[in-house]
Amino acid sequence: MIDSFFSALFNPAVPFIRYAFLAGLLSSIAFGMIGTYVVVKRISYIAGSVSHATLAGIGFAVYMNEVYSVSWLSPMAGGLVSALVTALILSFVTNSSRERSDTAIGTVWALGMAVGILFIYASPGYGDPMSYLFGNILLIKKGDLFMILFLDALIATVVVIFYNRFLSVSFDEEFARVRGINTFLYNMVLTVLIALTVVLMVSTVGIVMVIAFMTIPPATASVFTNRLWKMMLLASLLCAFTSLAGLFVSYSLNIPSGATTIISAGIIYLAAVLVKKLVIDRARKKTAELSLR
Amino acid sequence: MEREVKIRLDAVSFSYEEKPVLNNISFNVYDRDIITVVGPNGGGKTTLLKLILGLLKPDSGSIIINGRRPGYVPQYSHFDSKFPITVFDVVLSGRLTSGWGFYSRKDRKEAEKAISDMQLENVRNSHFSALSGGQRQRVLIARALAGDPEILLLDEPTANVDASVGSYLSEILLELNRELTIMLVTHDMGFVHSLTGRVFCINRVFHEHPLECVEVEAPLAGHQKGMKIVRHDITLDNDGCGGCFND
Repeated sequence: MIDSFFSALFNPAVPFIRYAFLAGLLSSIAFGMIGTYVVVKRISYIAGSVSHATLAGIGFAVYMNEVYSVSWLSPMAGGLVSALVTALILSFVTNSSRERSDTAIGTVWALGMAVGILFIYASPGYGDPMSYLFGNILLIKKGDLFMILFLDALIATVVVIFYNRFLSVSFDEEFARVRGINTFLYNMVLTVLIALTVVLMVSTVGIVMVIAFMTIPPATASVFTNRLWKMMLLASLLCAFTSLAGLFVSYSLNIPSGATTIISAGIIYLAAVLVKKLVIDRARKKTAELSLR
Repeated sequence: MEREVKIRLDAVSFSYEEKPVLNNISFNVYDRDIITVVGPNGGGKTTLLKLILGLLKPDSGSIIINGRRPGYVPQYSHFDSKFPITVFDVVLSGRLTSGWGFYSRKDRKEAEKAISDMQLENVRNSHFSALSGGQRQRVLIARALAGDPEILLLDEPTANVDASVGSYLSEILLELNRELTIMLVTHDMGFVHSLTGRVFCINRVFHEHPLECVEVEAPLAGHQKGMKIVRHDITLDNDGCGGCFND
């Protein structure tokens, strides 16, 4: 089984396996970093909203391709535009205490999907949004790999350069403002980075499961780490491992890759929590008891 | 000798939407004052602190801060206990400035100094949420001190910490008061009594109350001797009259 997976990986006749492998490996850096912020800031609903709203742009791109043969607008680029627009809207809404931000987030979430579904419905011969909703590694083209590489580098650079400020704004926004930090700007940049990450993720796990893949590996990492950068590092490794494991299992058993990846992530998370509870906490309790004697 | 004015509020008013919170507040805080701000819930104590910190802008009037950016110590209980951050990381963030880039060697040195000043060396690398309430409060004070402030502002420093921490905290603050001007908001009258200084009462309007140097009977007798009580029946009109008054 392993042999056939690896021979497929290097088989020039089935490049999509190789693309999916590279896409999973490359994007895990961004996934781990941004997912960590999403988890520690408790804003997975913003990631969910941005993710679902990408369907509007994807649908529009599909429609333009099918109906007007506009080939330069790829679905991924369409998704990128709608993710960025959504991110900016949500930044302003969540910054204003006068708005009910959860309502706005839910509205954007649903409207984006509705628009996307209508565009896809109106595109002849393309009635199936399933691939985008639940991920389909066949959708990853060679050109997408360059886009993934570019976005990955962009996200990692911004996160590293502004690490201290993002950390402070996430931990204690009020204190950051007292120190003269423009917290609105940093929150907006972070939301834009989330949007970029979402677009990378849509092609691997699909719109619906973005929130899961954005939060489960960092949540697993947080079980074992007490500093933000360590959590990011571990989350990135877990993302890489999970997407490769998902790819391997889905190829071997011939089942959908997005769902397999998410289930792998969930199993790893449960295992981590169990290990923490049964092994680490118990050992700690024992040493505490011994030191009391 | 005339002491330097560190904080001057001149006819400051503030309202949230249409609801007035503070009305025409004026006072001077002098160098090395230690001021406790008391008053009922919703009276505007925290709002006053946020105005001085620049987190809120007054509707009218002016606020002048003399000297470096004030250090701020919020309530520790508003933190997410799951946040992955160590004591050192928290204190270091007190050195943060606008702009970008990494912390300098000097930033790290100042953070280490603040950690040793607050006697936190043994928990330096611990997870912030693994600490006790009193330790967390000291970490937040260390974070404020790392920024090398001249003024220290604290919001409810004794909220959610046990009584022993309260008396320890007042020792720390009195020690810091030798060099810093301190202003703190509190509900805890026992804590007010343990600090010698001026008492501001904020209830939409501003009053300054004198402290009475008296031996107190029960139920307050649990606190140390020589403590002070706030005379809400007396108001000081002339600003700057701190200290104790006898009948």
